Amino acid sequence: METAHNNPLVEPGHTNTSITRKIIDIPLTRLRQTRRGWIIGFLIAFLGMMTFLYAVTILFIQGVGIWGINIPVGWGFAITNFVWWIGIGHAGTLISAILLLFRQKWRTSINRFAEAMTLFAVANAGLFPILHLGRPWLFYTLFPYPNIYGLWPQFRSPLIWDVFAISTYALVSLLFWYMGLVPDLSTLRDKAKNGVVRRIYGLMALGWRNSARHWHHYQSLYFLMAVLATPLVISVHSIVSVDFSYGIVPGWHSTIFPPYFVAGAVFSGFAMVLTLMIPLRSFLHLKGLITERHLDLMAKIMLAMGLIVAYGYMTEIFEAFYSGDGFAIFNDLDRAVGYYALLYWGLIFCNILVPQLLWSKKVRHAPLALFVISLLINVGMWLERFVIVVQSLSKDYLPSSWAVFNPTIWDILTFVGTIGVFLTLLFLFVRLLPAISIFEMRELVHHESAHVEKGSGPANGPESDDPGNLNTPQEGLAPGK
Amino acid sequence: MEKKKPRLYGLLAKFETQEKLVAAARQVVQAGYKRFDAYVPYPVEELDQAMHLKPSPLPYVILAGGILGGVGGFFMQTYATVVDLPLNIGGRPLFSWPAYIPISFELTILLAAVAGVLGLFVLTRFPQPYHPVFNSEDFVEHGSSDSFYLDIEASDPGFDLERTRQFLQELGALQVSEIEA
Repeated sequence: METAHNNPLVEPGHTNTSITRKIIDIPLTRLRQTRRGWIIGFLIAFLGMMTFLYAVTILFIQGVGIWGINIPVGWGFAITNFVWWIGIGHAGTLISAILLLFRQKWRTSINRFAEAMTLFAVANAGLFPILHLGRPWLFYTLFPYPNIYGLWPQFRSPLIWDVFAISTYALVSLLFWYMGLVPDLSTLRDKAKNGVVRRIYGLMALGWRNSARHWHHYQSLYFLMAVLATPLVISVHSIVSVDFSYGIVPGWHSTIFPPYFVAGAVFSGFAMVLTLMIPLRSFLHLKGLITERHLDLMAKIMLAMGLIVAYGYMTEIFEAFYSGDGFAIFNDLDRAVGYYALLYWGLIFCNILVPQLLWSKKVRHAPLALFVISLLINVGMWLERFVIVVQSLSKDYLPSSWAVFNPTIWDILTFVGTIGVFLTLLFLFVRLLPAISIFEMRELVHHESAHVEKGSGPANGPESDDPGNLNTPQEGLAPGK
Repeated sequence: MEKKKPRLYGLLAKFETQEKLVAAARQVVQAGYKRFDAYVPYPVEELDQAMHLKPSPLPYVILAGGILGGVGGFFMQTYATVVDLPLNIGGRPLFSWPAYIPISFELTILLAAVAGVLGLFVLTRFPQPYHPVFNSEDFVEHGSSDSFYLDIEASDPGFDLERTRQFLQELGALQVSEIEA
């Protein structure tokens, strides 16, 4: 148990003052001194967002006929993108809530960013089902609202469950993220030199003054929000998967779907966190706070999730052959050799073969290699969703109604556009808000320094390796065991 | 124009480390002060015990929100599908409760979370942009980043400007300053 575990979570020598300075310097940089790299990146992302607005405007004028969808493939790109984006969001909640409950202290420097990523990914995900409606302006009829027709939504339908799941997920993630931000906003308020900036952060900080009596309630709320978010995140992707598995379409109608979708979601989410975090820590000079140990740990989780996903693929194939159902067997064979075979083997390559490289410690400690692997996993997970949605629909029970789906330019522009929206929001986020939770970093610095002091003392030798120590909160929080 | 002499809110003492503040808070409680507060740039668990803070009532608020959401959601769906808009779909039962579980669950989480946040707002009286401690320039400069403070309010029955000041200094405060209300 040495090597990676002995790497610190924070560069040694950091104090409360230096941590605070380092993180708030980015949002408090004056407008004119914004770094050129940020401006260029933002403009590219903004161009993507404009592409999205253009594609959606044309969509609203002409209708969904501009997409490549047909009957039987009614879902096409829109639902593929929906499932992909919502899955990406899941890593953020996992990092911020589940790792908090397990007292995994290394989450501290990445949770804020991952939560922001969740929010923006969910915002994109929520757009697609609405855009996919024939008359998107009537989307509010999905909610139970008092109406003169005396109508209710069909509460027995997974599609309505989805509406509730996604809106709950978006709202709870927003609350969790904002509550986490409040103490840091008060730091920004106190450190801002410019009066207008100070007012804006001041309004957002709600008057937080770091009172111990407030922290007391705050900690209780933050912990319980994590307790609530944990089953929520699992329920959300389970419900998304039920959208499929409730249908009798071959390739969808399977009980493995909920766990397999949740694992896939976490897998793609961690891949996205790594994809974003690796360039970010270089550009923002945060390598002292987001260390190689963080990348190593995330890569390990990604590998574990990748193996669960691989197990899901195998179960699907096994189920088809074991059931002896001709349609299910045909569906699996069609994936491997049919019209979409190239995409299928692409996803097997990206999701099963490539992640095996993560067994090697060398690869986990090479940021560039991790970056490429995580990009490939992102692509692979998108392909997986595409194959599940489109291939299954394209060939169901009646050969006379078979048809293939090919995307049009509008499908592609809408998808690329949402990546632009996502990146635009992320660029604004890292520029305007603290991308790393400052108060949790101060806590971590305190624990790390306390640990160093204790470790050097003669009284605290062998006991510190005792796993029983992990039960006391303070010891459990201290890394480096 | 004559300026009115501002009222005294209390005394604010600054401490060097978290450990000293916790020790000081313990002494302040022992000395019988009730209206005091500590300020720390990150949550400190030992302080809750040192200050004898009662367990937060938020878990109960969240539980109440969750129950309201879950039970309310279940009844909403039952009312909609059984009473208000019964649809006969091949003679299947109207009260198909297993299908109501996912939405009831989501509403449980939603209302619990919203209740928790609103509960925090009520308990901490947020949003509250003004508070007397912000009158201390040193507090604004360091309170939210790297220093530890403790204030004893003038409205505390045991408060006496000179004696309390001396008491705080004896506890090892770096500096003790008066703050105006």
